[in-house]
Amino acid sequence: METIVGIEIYPIISFIIFFTFFVVVLAYLVIQRKEYFDQLSMMPLEEDQSPTNKR
Amino acid sequence: MEKETFRYDNTIVRKFAFATMAFGLIGMLVGLTAALQMVDPWFNGLTSWLTFGRIRPLHTNAVIFAFVGNGIFMGVYYSLQRLLKTRMWSDALSNINFWGWQLIILSAVVTLPLGMTTGKEYAELEWWIDIAIALIWVVFGLNMFMTILKRRERHLYVAIWFYIATFVTVAMLHIVNSFELPVSFFKSYSLYAGVQDALVQWWYGHNAVAFFLTTPYLGLMYYFIPKASNRPVYSYRLSIIHFWALIFIYIWAGPHHLLYTALPEWAQNIGVVFSFMLIAPSWGGMLNGLLTLRGAWDRVRESAVLKFMVVAVTCYGMSTFEGPLMSLKNVNAISHFTDWTVAHVHIGGLGWNGFMTFGILYYLVPKMWNTKMYSDKLSNFHFWIGTLGIIFYALPLYWAGFTQSLMWKEFTAEGFLAYPNFLETVTQIKPMYAARAFGGSIYIVGVIAMLYNLIMTMKQGSFQKEEEASALPLAKEYEAHKGEGWHRVIERRPVQMLVFSLIAVAIGGAIEIIPTMLIDSNVPTITSVKPYTPLELEGRDIYIREGCYNCHSQMIRPFRSETERYGEYSKAGEFVYDHPFQWGSKRTGPDLHRIGAKYSDSWHYNHMLDPAAMSPGTIMPSYPWLFEDELNTDLTAAKIRAMQTLGVPYAEGYDQIAVEDLMYQSESITKNLEKDGIQVLPNSEIIALIAYLQRLGTDIRPPAPLRGDLVEVSAPVIEHQNIEQK
Repeated sequence: METIVGIEIYPIISFIIFFTFFVVVLAYLVIQRKEYFDQLSMMPLEEDQSPTNKR
Repeated sequence: MEKETFRYDNTIVRKFAFATMAFGLIGMLVGLTAALQMVDPWFNGLTSWLTFGRIRPLHTNAVIFAFVGNGIFMGVYYSLQRLLKTRMWSDALSNINFWGWQLIILSAVVTLPLGMTTGKEYAELEWWIDIAIALIWVVFGLNMFMTILKRRERHLYVAIWFYIATFVTVAMLHIVNSFELPVSFFKSYSLYAGVQDALVQWWYGHNAVAFFLTTPYLGLMYYFIPKASNRPVYSYRLSIIHFWALIFIYIWAGPHHLLYTALPEWAQNIGVVFSFMLIAPSWGGMLNGLLTLRGAWDRVRESAVLKFMVVAVTCYGMSTFEGPLMSLKNVNAISHFTDWTVAHVHIGGLGWNGFMTFGILYYLVPKMWNTKMYSDKLSNFHFWIGTLGIIFYALPLYWAGFTQSLMWKEFTAEGFLAYPNFLETVTQIKPMYAARAFGGSIYIVGVIAMLYNLIMTMKQGSFQKEEEASALPLAKEYEAHKGEGWHRVIERRPVQMLVFSLIAVAIGGAIEIIPTMLIDSNVPTITSVKPYTPLELEGRDIYIREGCYNCHSQMIRPFRSETERYGEYSKAGEFVYDHPFQWGSKRTGPDLHRIGAKYSDSWHYNHMLDPAAMSPGTIMPSYPWLFEDELNTDLTAAKIRAMQTLGVPYAEGYDQIAVEDLMYQSESITKNLEKDGIQVLPNSEIIALIAYLQRLGTDIRPPAPLRGDLVEVSAPVIEHQNIEQK
């Protein structure tokens, strides 16, 4: 890396990587079932059982 | 499989709670002292230890690392055990974490008032304390990770992701920003210089706000608001997107502290864009916290815990809306260097961190002492007086910030500065400083009420050292759910969570910092910029020791209102020998970058002895000890050698004649002062400080008289065609 010319490619590449990542996460979250998230969000509240360690 | 019975460790939580309570009060009282010093310099006292320049770093370090730091550990040690259904992995490590952290705080309390400082904001502590911080932080991380590994809950709740990201990012920031070359036990120089130092420092400084004051507290929010309201978080989906967006975007935003400075334009623009994008994840988190209380607002009316948390999250929303606005260049041109910034950070500090910590304390103490609050009335009193305290603190400072900025920028019809004397813009806002001190005082009254209330609660209850719980152990083999998504996989794999978080934060840092370090054209070299003479270097170290950078910037922005007032705007190439940079972030006094050769030596002499005699109405304290204390030249040669190691092109062997040169230059200043009828000890510290101040920003003028060759003739100076970068 010696010159400033073309420096913008680095931020642009990393932005594209993470923008794609966000879109994928977002799509994933939309697809997932609501009950699953309900189960996870109960984790702080259920003191006597482990919501994600049931069998 | 049988359920296992185990015990949560409450004693470590209690220790951190006591430390949070004690250092909260102490840190805020130190802050109040600093606020009073800005009303009347009388409060600086007569000793060097208590002057504003040393007290202000003590205040910031105390509230950030002692109050909030202990608050983080308190909340994490409580929630982590319960979210993972296990005791902490090692009680010994928990205690090393606790006592080690308190020892670090103690060393800060001793060294900062003594003037031992690296001169970098929010990272003032000297090199050996930096090493201790890194070690204790690793102890904390190790204990947390081993606890995660022996958990009885398959998935890691969202709070824990925030804890993991906090651990890994703070480690990275602290280590990269703390690279310094020790000269002695009490003195070191930053490895970076000038523009690079500024970029690394504000990459650190901004993300200290992000990953020390924000992400751990968001983790606490995601645990304690559902606990206190007995409702699950509003949207777990939102929390996932909130987490990744926040940690990725935050890390890029640091350069918004350096807008219109000598930092390369492209780096400034990255900072602006990412700062503005931060609104989205920040508000996502805020709404997730507030909406958790949907349909339960009646509980907020009855519970002091929830009241504190609601105001805390609201303040978080306000300051994360304000922050991106202040990062816009046209807004920053007005807000930067003024009290607007101070008001902004205190909405975050007093509101978000303070109130969230109070809420957690009001939740934890009755719980761990197995009783009810001693007085709900007193809790409510604290809530109201605290809220009023925030308002009375912030409003006057917003007013002061706008007023002063407008006065700095106002021109007469003839085209002259309307307020050419900087002092006029200070005396104008003194009443606002008094009002701010009042706001801070009543906020502290609330804290004292809380301490009394909590202590009485502890007295009436009985402390539960351990809390018994039971859960099934995790099966060795885990059968993944059918059609399980990939994020769900990461959620139960802590090491992957750590690695992905590190990647998310490392990319932003690397892209900003590496090009600034490597590309020469980012910092156009100016041939006439020479290293400091030994006397100036010693004077600069006094400037750093006294914390002058807390009130004076050394960065003239390219605005007409600034070039008219201070002179030619500052250029990147002028700071290449500044280890560390001293650009500052606040102008309580005027900028000093072009102060050199502006006044006579005797003016500086009299001004440092009694500022009010030269500038009636000033709030600058006097520095009588500079006139009595002899300049210590024992380290001068070592300092020159250290600078050579850092790449400053002093001639080979110059360290041998450095002290001789120092005496020579100091004699000429002494003679100069004699001409004006001032008799001075030739070896007093003030001479060195005058030498440094007279040098500032004058590199275009002829250098100071010396006998030895300061620089090798063949010094590697790269000529650049375009000095003026902007």
